Amino acid sequence: MRPNAPSAIKTPQVRTRLRLHAIAMLLALGGTALVVRAVDLQVVRNEFYQNQGDQRFVRERAIPVSRGMVVDRNGEPLAVSTPVESIWAEPKEVLAHRERIPDLARALGVDAVEFEQRLAQRADREFVYLRRHLPPDQSAAVLALGVPGVNVQREFRRYYPAGEAMAHVLGFTNIDDRGQEGLELAFDEWLTGTPGMKRVIQDRRGEVVENVELVREPQPGRDLRLSIDRRLQHLAYKEIVAAVAEHRARAGSMVVLDVRTGEILAMANWPSYNPNARGASEASARRNRAVTDVIEPGSVVKVLTVGAGLESGKFKPETLIDTTPGWMPVANHVVRDIRNFGVVDLTRLLVKSSNVASTRIAQQLTDEHLYDMFRRFGFGQATGCGFPGESAGVLSAPNRWGPVEKATLSYGYGLSVTPLQLAQAYAAIGNGGRLRAPTFVAGAQTPDAAVLDPQIARTLVDMLTHVVAEGSGAKASVPNYHVAGKTGTSRKAMAGGYQSRYISVFAGLVPSSAPRLAAVVVIDDPQGDAYYGGLVAAPVFGRVMPGALRLLDITPDNLDATLAGMTPTTLPAAAAPDADADVHSPFAEGVQP
Amino acid sequence: MNATAIRVRTRRWLDRFLARPVLDLPLLAAIVLLCAVGLTVLYSASGGQVGLVLNQSARLALGLTLLLLLSRVPPAILRSWTPWLFAGSLFLLALVPFIGTGRSARLWIDVGPFFLQPAELVKLSLPMMVAWALHDRVLPPGWGALAACAAIIAVPTVLIVAQPDLGTGLLVAASGAFVVFLAGLSWPRIALILGGGAAGAAFIGWPMLHEYQKDRLRMFLDPESDPLGAGWNIIQAEIAVGSGGLFGKGFGMSTQAKLDFLPEHTTDFIFAVFAEEFGLVGVAAVLALYAFIIGRALWIAANARDTWSRLLGGSLALTFFVYVMVNGGMISGLLPVVGVPMPLISYGGTSAVTLLAGFGLLQSIYAHRRLVAT
Repeated sequence: MRPNAPSAIKTPQVRTRLRLHAIAMLLALGGTALVVRAVDLQVVRNEFYQNQGDQRFVRERAIPVSRGMVVDRNGEPLAVSTPVESIWAEPKEVLAHRERIPDLARALGVDAVEFEQRLAQRADREFVYLRRHLPPDQSAAVLALGVPGVNVQREFRRYYPAGEAMAHVLGFTNIDDRGQEGLELAFDEWLTGTPGMKRVIQDRRGEVVENVELVREPQPGRDLRLSIDRRLQHLAYKEIVAAVAEHRARAGSMVVLDVRTGEILAMANWPSYNPNARGASEASARRNRAVTDVIEPGSVVKVLTVGAGLESGKFKPETLIDTTPGWMPVANHVVRDIRNFGVVDLTRLLVKSSNVASTRIAQQLTDEHLYDMFRRFGFGQATGCGFPGESAGVLSAPNRWGPVEKATLSYGYGLSVTPLQLAQAYAAIGNGGRLRAPTFVAGAQTPDAAVLDPQIARTLVDMLTHVVAEGSGAKASVPNYHVAGKTGTSRKAMAGGYQSRYISVFAGLVPSSAPRLAAVVVIDDPQGDAYYGGLVAAPVFGRVMPGALRLLDITPDNLDATLAGMTPTTLPAAAAPDADADVHSPFAEGVQP
Repeated sequence: MNATAIRVRTRRWLDRFLARPVLDLPLLAAIVLLCAVGLTVLYSASGGQVGLVLNQSARLALGLTLLLLLSRVPPAILRSWTPWLFAGSLFLLALVPFIGTGRSARLWIDVGPFFLQPAELVKLSLPMMVAWALHDRVLPPGWGALAACAAIIAVPTVLIVAQPDLGTGLLVAASGAFVVFLAGLSWPRIALILGGGAAGAAFIGWPMLHEYQKDRLRMFLDPESDPLGAGWNIIQAEIAVGSGGLFGKGFGMSTQAKLDFLPEHTTDFIFAVFAEEFGLVGVAAVLALYAFIIGRALWIAANARDTWSRLLGGSLALTFFVYVMVNGGMISGLLPVVGVPMPLISYGGTSAVTLLAGFGLLQSIYAHRRLVAT
């Protein structure tokens, strides 16, 4: 202490007190700053921070729903969704526990080193799938490890119990359960449910701490009942596979329609693939050829030419046409039959499949009439079945025809159709001339339209019955039933003209007396000596239909023949049997040299 | 000694105590209340971990015992121990780099039953030592005394910052500087020293900082620039405080802490949890409690009997204020993130014990205050 301080203010005591006042000011200032800041945060901007806080922990989460089931007309499952679980992780969180990675990799069934590299590459992301679609027990084993940042997500995987037989029609879904092809794509919206939404409280690691409320009820996908009959489908598929193998063909298709409703009862194709493990299958095996691929139908459409002839009034069933000498010139072209059939009536035109007679009918018709006939039966337009990637085929308009085009059209060349279009046309003939769009949905009532006089339609069915009873379609016959049908063998059009590759076709109706089923069989590029429709395609029809008729419980219309001990059929409009009608002899099909 | 004798002695002590209390009861009550608040928040912030709360209770009990013991030791004796205490704490501090342990830095010495943080001891021994260095000199101190003080402050500060523990280092340095300031340093010299210090910090201190420390300072200036990284703490703390509102979300309802968004929510950021759960009203109440404690401590210092006590008491009060200010500023985004706990509320042993021991010194000063107020 300074003993002689001149002024009291200079004493250390007082000096310290002054300091204390200065300090008190400082304290007040600091305290005020804290309080002001607290008021600012907690009162003035409270709402902002309240929201920020909520955003950090209140989340809306989707509740996964399963895709609707696809069943056949009898309720048998064709496509079902089973719950699976996908493991996902936050890479950063997992990488922070590097020592757990080997265990995790083992549980996931992946290589640990690779796995760690993969995670490291994606370290900046917040969500990475580790493994998708694991069975629940395996995912439980992964979760049981308790590695931080590893989570599970419920998903659904599609299974197709019918396998290869239904693969083309059903198509498939991608890993996210959305339809990619086939009916899965066409009816994606119907089958896909609406995921529910729930509000949850989650912590920083994204784990749900508490369910707050249900924002939206989950809406599972609706089921879809197809018109397909699974048993009939298997039958058709089996026979197509067998025929393709037997004839070493490239591909084959079969379509079976319900004549009265337009429902597609079976649609089988080969080559096919396993929709449950489609990894290695080729794209060409995935096409639903019956709908997406077009063929030149050949002789099977001669029935429409005959129908147009009857419609014109210039021809009656018994009208005779001279096909001698088995060929005729048209402009600078020659239309040929396989041999000279002499004079034929319209029934024998079909039985013998005479190109010359067909051409003669066409020449008596106007271009517009012939075109309109084909057009009415649905050629050149999509059927409206709604199958993704359906082809409309090609039917050129008469103003682009010359005499040759008109002649070839009459026996099935110069146009392209899908097997389904062909089946639709035959079904219309069998349905009394009423055309109905084919459908995949059971019980769907598609509107029908009259395209042909019922009387003429009936006559055509009777004529076609002769083709099977005594002509080229003999192999398509079915015990106890009358069958109406027509074979066809068309040379494949390739770049630069036609070549020695064929498409064998059979289109038929059964039972003839009151057709219930229309079916088309197409065998693409059969090898070996037998390539005619009557030898390759017709037998498939003959093997599938007995089962189909029995399964659908359709009353036989030809029990008499069986009862009479296999006597020849007696038909109302029976024509004289043709001695040459032998399925093993070459027929005059629409084959152009 | 028989029972009667004990009774007589106790009676005599009680009479003397009531006639002239040796403890400042209002200050003690405020401290105990604050400890209770701290334990309550800790229970909530830790998600109901009773073990953690009991642990902290034991430390607080130890600290309070130490407070009562120290309050009975006259300041003159404490002053005479000062050089030895300082030397001892400095020795322990010097040992830390060699035998220390810690998560990210070497901070603690394992002494068997508990971990000792020598830096915390220095928080008490340093202001005691600076006050000791100045107590028998003519005040305000001359340049020589200042140089001595600077040396006393610098050695432990450098050791602590090198651990690295910037927050504690700054607090320790501040506690020493407060003594010098209270000793009556003239304002021009204060300006000179502050200016020099600021320049030194900018040109020598900044390059010496660790990268994470620089990050913290940068983030303070713009937390949104790296919201998931270094800015995370600031943003989450601000959200916690701000979402509390006027009356808070209620005890145990802190979403930021419970759902783990807020880091260090039992230690450095615990007051953000308190602010979220009890709102502005709670914050104001606790700040008022702190203000009362600081004011009371300053009052005790002002009425101290001798220079050493006065300087020490003032320094302890101001250091306590700095604690509250730095932590409060940190969680509300006013100041950068520095690892300074909220005194007596944050979970952490040595800090609580040291703080309570410091209040023991203040109680001792109070017990031996001047009998006649000036």
